Amino acid sequence: MAGHASNELSTESPWGGKVSPFSTSYGKLMMWFFLVSDALTFGGLLIAYGFTRHSAQDAWPIGEETFNSMPFLGHGYPLLYVALMTFILIVSSVTMVLAVEAGHRMDKKGVIKWLALTIVGGFFFVGSQAWEWSHFIHGSEFGKVELADGSQAIVKGHFGEIKSFKVETAGAHHKKGEVIKEDLLHAYQHAMSAGQIKHDGKSALLTLHDGSIVSVQKEADEHLELVIKTNGDKYKIGNKIEGKEALNIYGEAVYSGEKNRVIYGANLEQNEYGPQQYGQFFFFITGFHGFHVFSGVIINIIILMGVIKGTYHKRGHYEMVEKTGLYWHFVDLVWVFVFTFFYLV
Amino acid sequence: MERDDIIEYSLYTHHDDEQGKKLRKKIWMVTLLLTLVTVVEVFLGAMIKQDSAAWPYVKLTFIILTLLKAGYIILSFMHLGDEKKAMKYVILAPYIVFVIYLIFIALTEGAYVGNAVNSYGA
Repeated sequence: MAGHASNELSTESPWGGKVSPFSTSYGKLMMWFFLVSDALTFGGLLIAYGFTRHSAQDAWPIGEETFNSMPFLGHGYPLLYVALMTFILIVSSVTMVLAVEAGHRMDKKGVIKWLALTIVGGFFFVGSQAWEWSHFIHGSEFGKVELADGSQAIVKGHFGEIKSFKVETAGAHHKKGEVIKEDLLHAYQHAMSAGQIKHDGKSALLTLHDGSIVSVQKEADEHLELVIKTNGDKYKIGNKIEGKEALNIYGEAVYSGEKNRVIYGANLEQNEYGPQQYGQFFFFITGFHGFHVFSGVIINIIILMGVIKGTYHKRGHYEMVEKTGLYWHFVDLVWVFVFTFFYLV
Repeated sequence: MERDDIIEYSLYTHHDDEQGKKLRKKIWMVTLLLTLVTVVEVFLGAMIKQDSAAWPYVKLTFIILTLLKAGYIILSFMHLGDEKKAMKYVILAPYIVFVIYLIFIALTEGAYVGNAVNSYGA
């Protein structure tokens, strides 16, 4: 047999096979390596986002304009809810470190307490993200309009409340003279995007699903401002139109009777906020991150069960808590970057 | 039964109540710092609009604050600061070597692609 190893490795040396050169266990090191590769995935996504954004230039939406709503409170709170979500995730990261710290003192009760709080924080975050997705998908009250010259504008201002619909021409489900008070905004927006709304000079007339024509009792929209996001023949990206002109061209667009002049919310094909890719990046990046948070919550629950059963206490150390802790902090770390690059700048 | 063929590295990180108190104090200080940074970020974002002249500096501030937050999370919460130097570099080097360049080249190219589309059409 060719070549016996002439220098036998001593197991006492760092690379001799017994000692870890990094003074860490195999499991923890592998968790770190997984996180390194996962961070490159997120890095790739965010850089792709940066590339697209820099190529779209001024057409790209501004975070504080898109995300300015709070649950129960309505509009006008730019980025406050995302900041709250960030805070929740940071706090749940803190409770996780405290769980790890308790584990280092072999304090089983402490680990259970802090790990349980971490799980609660995780659920809060996932729930908040669900709310934000729902809000993003349903969109604002105004939506985005395509103006007569072919440009597209987002609409800002105060949306006049819809009071009721009065049936003018009977359809399959409604009689003439009936007053409808339910599901108004939904029916209104549906008619807007389907181009089934007209204005007779006094009030807007819209056609419902069942073919009945109703007049809309609605307060006037106030402080209307149109911000151009796609170039047209007359208006260019970045133009802002206010006052009477805004009201006129907005009315001209929405009462044109044409389909798809108004877009509400977002799906994978179009969205009211900006270029098509904006919606896709939103769904992919926050979705991929939300998926990580959700997996993290599940993993934390599994580890919590192990802690309660005393598996790790018998083992003599709580390294499993430390490893899931690494994953959980990583999820928080990614969110810090998503928060800055998707929402803030 | 004691096994002498496995080194339980996690036992090295065990500490007593006294040290625990100190560590917890440090954790709460880092929490306070991360919260303050987030509040400052939202405040700056609400105060200064994207079309104002100060915006590029605000953007730079955001990026610096983000790196500060990330640094505290990685070094303090994930205890990378307490690991061996070799391990720190194994984990951080890929980003220092590749990601910074990738960010630079992708953003530069993005701007050129945008200009080309604006000048010559999609």
